[in-house]
Amino acid sequence: MNALLVHAPVLLVAVPLLGAFAVPILGKLGRGVRDAFVGLIIAATAALAGLLAANFFAAGAVPFVYQLGGQSVGIPLLSGGIPIRILFEIDGLSAFMALITALITLTGAVFSFSYWRNRSGGTLYFSLFLLLTAGIFGMELTGDLFNFFVFLEITSIAACGLIGFRVWLRRSQEAGFKVMALYTLSGLFVLLAIGLLYSEYGGLNIGYLASTIGTGILDKVALGLLLTGLAMKAGAVPLHMWAPDAYGEAPAPMSAVLVANSQASLYAVFRIVFTLFSATVSATALGWILIVLALLTIFVGVTMALVQSDIKRLVAYGAVSQIGYMLLGVGVGLAVSAQAAPPAYGFVAIQGGLFHMLNDAACVGLLFFASGAVIRAAGTRDLNRMGGLAHHMKWTTVFFAIGAFALAGVPPFNGFASKFLIYEASFQLSPFLSIVAILSSILLLAVFVKGFQAAFLGPRPSQPVEKAPVGMLVPMAVLAVFVIGLGLFPGFFVDHIVTPAAKALWDGPAAYITTVIGLGG
Amino acid sequence: MSIGNFPFVVAALLIVLGLYALLFKRNLIKMVIGISLIETGVNLFLVMAGYRTGGMAPIYTLAPTPIRDMVLPTPQALTLTSIVIGLATTALLLSFAVFIHRHYGTLDIQEIKELNG
Repeated sequence: MNALLVHAPVLLVAVPLLGAFAVPILGKLGRGVRDAFVGLIIAATAALAGLLAANFFAAGAVPFVYQLGGQSVGIPLLSGGIPIRILFEIDGLSAFMALITALITLTGAVFSFSYWRNRSGGTLYFSLFLLLTAGIFGMELTGDLFNFFVFLEITSIAACGLIGFRVWLRRSQEAGFKVMALYTLSGLFVLLAIGLLYSEYGGLNIGYLASTIGTGILDKVALGLLLTGLAMKAGAVPLHMWAPDAYGEAPAPMSAVLVANSQASLYAVFRIVFTLFSATVSATALGWILIVLALLTIFVGVTMALVQSDIKRLVAYGAVSQIGYMLLGVGVGLAVSAQAAPPAYGFVAIQGGLFHMLNDAACVGLLFFASGAVIRAAGTRDLNRMGGLAHHMKWTTVFFAIGAFALAGVPPFNGFASKFLIYEASFQLSPFLSIVAILSSILLLAVFVKGFQAAFLGPRPSQPVEKAPVGMLVPMAVLAVFVIGLGLFPGFFVDHIVTPAAKALWDGPAAYITTVIGLGG
Repeated sequence: MSIGNFPFVVAALLIVLGLYALLFKRNLIKMVIGISLIETGVNLFLVMAGYRTGGMAPIYTLAPTPIRDMVLPTPQALTLTSIVIGLATTALLLSFAVFIHRHYGTLDIQEIKELNG
């Protein structure tokens, strides 16, 4: 048990990675064996993430380093001031992100079992699914930019393989090409920035770089390249054009996992602006850049959702707009963090932004699952050709309604809890910010009421409807419980997991740096 | 004979050429070529970044000061990784292009736009 806990960070990557390559072999033994194996791997991964996070938060959320190899033979971590080994570094934010990823991948895998029940060819899907899981965990836990790039590319390739998985659908191929081109471009931007940083400082450990980073023009170019690349992969406007295609054309359970993938890139944006480049440019300027990106993302996401008649693209644009709320919260926090006496609302804003990541994962995941079940039942994705599904699919109707209300920030669901923190804090920086955020939420509610009405209400459909199987209802129910639980008891979650994560950003890079540089120095 | 900053200029040129092809070419295959060009430029830059004039072998007990004079194998490892990843992404992009051609009968992005708005 203890050894399991010590090695949990690397096992979180290793277990799904090895599982991914074992799935095609076990798939030869039949569908039951394959599903059992994938379920076991994903459950083990989620349990490891839970174990890691539970212990980490219970022990006071002190950042720690996991060294790959060399720990037992006592080779010092630092040589000549540079950490030379592959490192994972876990702080409050990484552990928090790992929990979100665990929740989404676990429910996504369960939903996928039903999704592939009556179709052939699911084996490679599950292989890529596990590969994507390994990549997302790697991005969140690594303490090294080289590793980060490798995990980033693993998620890109696996995600695009999954978006274009259904090669018989022409739209999925178009989406796959578009997304892969943009993901590759974003990866190359990141790689170029990594090359610049390496040639300047001779090391790629995030803690080491953060401790020596300068204010030169090269640093600013590297920051610009990293921000562009990662904002592109997180789906922030104006680099969002791939996101609705990807979410819309991927198989339904994949859309939810893609949201976790975008959030991992968003995590990297936060890590970079708060930890890595905290000394390079003024936090106020950087914060306002994030705020402008956030407002654009919220506005464009919601207005584009208004005109959609495809249920999955509607949810997809809703998901894009939510990325904006997370950026807004953290951006407000960053903008005020550099003041001599940082106001308390900056911390509240970061709490709101990070809490919204968890809430968004739960309610957007729920909406994607529900729309997957709806498309399966109605046999079409066009809202104008659906209707009356509530007569046959009571549970799916309830779950879709819960997800829609939560996404639009209606109390008592979870979206309200985090959006309220963001409204409250951004109002104190500038009332304009919170007005845009609140108005967009109201518009989003209108969008989803329209979508809900078109899909579920109306006369009983003439053709028979295929009800959602239990295997699809269970993951939806789990996420619905989270949506309601997070909404009813936000204080509990904010105190125990969100606050340590927000502290990791708000308190600056010192703790992150000393955890690496302080070791064996 | 020193070649100075010439390789950096070549790397920058390759990246700009690739970006041009990616943004302004209408043929999917040419876009893939553009991405490959950017990748080659970045790889060339990484290899160049690994070269240190008057550098020392990376033996840590003999670490020189300043530490930057030590020639670490990191850029080479990074470049190799990037080349392997580039192979995978190019293969994936081209296979998408093959399927797109099967479905639409064309590789012109102007004619493939079901996913707008």
